[in-house]
Amino acid sequence: MSAETSTKDLETEQEQVSWEGGSKPFKASYGKLMMWYFIMSDAFTFAGFLIAYGALRFSVPTWPEPDFVFQSFPGGLHNMPLIFVTLMTFVLIASSATMVRAVQEGQRENKKGVVFWLLMTILGGATFLGCQAWEWHTLIVKEHMTLSENPFGRHIEAGTYLEGDGYDIEAGDTFQPGDFYLIHKVDGEWNPVAYQNEHGDVKLQSFGPPAFGSLFYFITGFHGFHVLTGLIILLIVAINAAGGVYVKRRNGYEMVEKVGLYWHFVDLVWVFVFLVFYLL
Amino acid sequence: MGNISYEQAKRTVLRGLILLALVTVAEVFIALLGKGYIIPGFYLPTWLVYLAMIGLSLYKAYFIMGEFMHLKYEVKGLVSSILLPFLLLVWGIIAFLWDGTYWYQQREEYRTEFQKEREGHLLEEHELEDRLRMLD
Repeated sequence: MSAETSTKDLETEQEQVSWEGGSKPFKASYGKLMMWYFIMSDAFTFAGFLIAYGALRFSVPTWPEPDFVFQSFPGGLHNMPLIFVTLMTFVLIASSATMVRAVQEGQRENKKGVVFWLLMTILGGATFLGCQAWEWHTLIVKEHMTLSENPFGRHIEAGTYLEGDGYDIEAGDTFQPGDFYLIHKVDGEWNPVAYQNEHGDVKLQSFGPPAFGSLFYFITGFHGFHVLTGLIILLIVAINAAGGVYVKRRNGYEMVEKVGLYWHFVDLVWVFVFLVFYLL
Repeated sequence: MGNISYEQAKRTVLRGLILLALVTVAEVFIALLGKGYIIPGFYLPTWLVYLAMIGLSLYKAYFIMGEFMHLKYEVKGLVSSILLPFLLLVWGIIAFLWDGTYWYQQREEYRTEFQKEREGHLLEEHELEDRLRMLD
């Protein structure tokens, strides 16, 4: 037999083996692989939302300033730009770290460890959701931002206020282009403050781009919904783990690992939501 | 991760947590520093702040995917099948931000046009206001 034919035989043989299945080129289980592809498709959905935010932001002359919009802190504190959201971010990162611990304990088949760290993760996620609820509450109830009305404006010309708004603007205050403001509601009615610009025209404060409100509620809401579903799944997995369901499977608590992937993804998306809404 | 001991793995988690927290604090610090909150009267150029934010966020994403989601330790084919499709976003971002800029220019053009029509008495004041409102 010549060398050529023997190589050919070997190739044919390998092909037959591949077609018979059983080889794992990605060295990952079906469930884990599919979780990754689900995460990818979900990432594209989020990317679509965030890119829409970018396009709409580029299409208007002014945009609300994040460190002015997000400056409240529980307990009636103000002028604390981005501090509360930093805290929220830290809580979510911490819950991601506890999730890694749960996966590690699962690989050692340590049931108690898995349940403990899953519960820690649930605690972190629930705290994050609570923080988000507080933030939404502030925006809806105190600042009256809705899907179509955005009271966070920004001056495009210099001028002097002719009256006060009863909050932080007083008659005679001056402002520069780029300075930001919040239009308040008085007795349920919008109360934009009158000002005089450099040319002597008297105008009312104008509202900010309406897209800001809907983008904020839709994107952070969509993310919050992911956190909520994640919490529900984590709870189910924690109950199952405590009941010993995964002990019998003897696969190193793979279900915990798959849920972990989803939970880290929620954290990963928050990195970009945080970047786009609060930092840029 | 197979050949890393349990103790080492635990330490990696703690290190990751501290690293991600520090990067987040650094991001917020740069944001506030750049806008003059920390040293009164001191500002950073916007492009520099944006560059730092995007860079640090991408680093966080890299760390979460690589270490926490274990992607660093997966087979190459699996990693590329997940990461390569994201290259589509490069054009997605460029195209849509480009389009957003175009919408902005169009609005500005219409705004000037309507104001010219008003000056030439082709539009009543309330008609001008209605049209300008439509552009918002």
